[in-house]
Amino acid sequence: MSGLLINVDNSFRERLWKNLIIAIPYLWLLLFFLAPFLIVLKISLADPIVAQPPFTPLFQESKDGSMSIYTTFDNYLYLFQDSLYLVTYLSSVKLAFISTVLALLIGYPIAYGIARSPQPTRNILLLLVVIPFWISFLLRVYAWMGILKTKGLLNGFLLWIGIIDQPLELLYTDIAVYIGMIYSYLPFMILPLYANLEKLDIRLLEAASDLGARRWEVFKDVTLPLSLPGIIAGCCLMFIPAIGEYVIPALLGGADTLMIGRVLFDEFFLNRDWPVASAVAIVLVLLLVLPIVYFQKRQNQELWSES
Amino acid sequence: MTQRSTFIFSMLCFGFAFLYIPIILVIIYSFNDSKLVTVWGGWSIRWYIELFNNENILNAALLSFRIAAITATCATIFGTMAGLILARLRQFRGRMLFTGMIASPLVMPEVITGLSLLLLFVSLQNLIGWPSQRGMNTITIAHITFSMAYVAVIIQSRLTEINESLEEAAMDLGARPARVIWDITLPIILPAMISGWLLAFTLSLDDLVISSFVSGPGATTLPMLIFSKVRLGVSPDINALATILILLVTIGVSMAGWIIHRQKRLKPTS
Repeated sequence: MSGLLINVDNSFRERLWKNLIIAIPYLWLLLFFLAPFLIVLKISLADPIVAQPPFTPLFQESKDGSMSIYTTFDNYLYLFQDSLYLVTYLSSVKLAFISTVLALLIGYPIAYGIARSPQPTRNILLLLVVIPFWISFLLRVYAWMGILKTKGLLNGFLLWIGIIDQPLELLYTDIAVYIGMIYSYLPFMILPLYANLEKLDIRLLEAASDLGARRWEVFKDVTLPLSLPGIIAGCCLMFIPAIGEYVIPALLGGADTLMIGRVLFDEFFLNRDWPVASAVAIVLVLLLVLPIVYFQKRQNQELWSES
Repeated sequence: MTQRSTFIFSMLCFGFAFLYIPIILVIIYSFNDSKLVTVWGGWSIRWYIELFNNENILNAALLSFRIAAITATCATIFGTMAGLILARLRQFRGRMLFTGMIASPLVMPEVITGLSLLLLFVSLQNLIGWPSQRGMNTITIAHITFSMAYVAVIIQSRLTEINESLEEAAMDLGARPARVIWDITLPIILPAMISGWLLAFTLSLDDLVISSFVSGPGATTLPMLIFSKVRLGVSPDINALATILILLVTIGVSMAGWIIHRQKRLKPTS
């Protein structure tokens, strides 16, 4: 009898433990991740006013004491009427897309090379890819400012070897933004590609070439299709955050480099228009929802198929 | 094979040159005597001396390191819990929502995370009077929220790698789940927890955008200070600061890599 009681007590304590372990991170995320989103959504439906905080409340008390809900879609209409925002969304997608493709073209051979290196070299090369990833993002972007300046190191070098006789305008242009994007996100591209290519069964390649496939054919028909999950993971990891990037266009881009992260930042801090900034954010989330959900689905499939 | 190997080899060289030349140039030019950042004026350590006499930079660095240490510790605790849940509890109410909430911060643009957290803090302040002031507290909360997601992913992938049979064996022998987690699971994932802590620390130390949103008057982190300086152009004392940080990171990462490598060699089965 007493044994049974202890058992009941134990299982109760176990359940308590289990629920506690679930509850702590769950509540934290509900409060600090989900709730903030709902608030952004709420404020995107309010009117800007000159007050603290600078937007109209959702619940408004009328003179007879009854509460009413006040919402407006003006901010969203404004986004679609002012062509600046539409152009900015499109140009963010374009900048992120082109940088992702370029980073894939540069990153794939590097990942392949690392995956095919003999063991001790491979670890060192991998470490060399990882180290820049740990060095401050801001400082790595900053490093390019000194190189790309009109009187900077790259122009100095090109003038010195005589390829050009006039310094090129590089800093504060889209070219600088592309370089900064590729540079900053290259490790994000290389690591998933490497993780995939490392698992590639080399016997498949040998079989293909034994059967008479040429090198290019082996690559195109065997390696490339098998590494598709790595390509997708790398591209998602780079493309999604690149769309909302703020630091790179702010430091390397010119006044005409339109990126949505920067517009949102300025709308919020310079214009202090919180409702429009919130609407910009909501539209950006909607833009990203599809690739994010797609990416998560694939990641989960990968994880479960591995386990 | 040689033709392709040459191509791969030259891409490797190009890639690593691309990754490292900017960093090396920053290090070299941090020892430049000239005030003109890109004109070489001989070797000197004057920018380092100037750096250590600059109280603003030192205060900002201290604040950033304090935030990063608290963030990393809390994020490792919460992230480990979340990783355990994701890897070991296949079914519970609200699992879908939890998976979504844990994975979203990884890909969410920083401007959105920053904006939404600031709006939360403002609303909370109006509603319940907390946080009465934005600053170190709000920055730390924001950093914990996004970095615990990274820790969770590291823990989860480590846990899916290792076999559940050890835990099941302990359970069969009568150990209670809490005991199993404490005695079996945690020691196995300790290296992953250390990597998670280091990653959270670096992410927090590095963050500019989210901190700028949720910070208040008087709380300037190191990245915020650097950003306000380099916005106006290249500055030599930032080169010196960058060199110190790069050195710290390189030593840290190499040491962590070495420890993990050595552990793997000692325990090839786990």
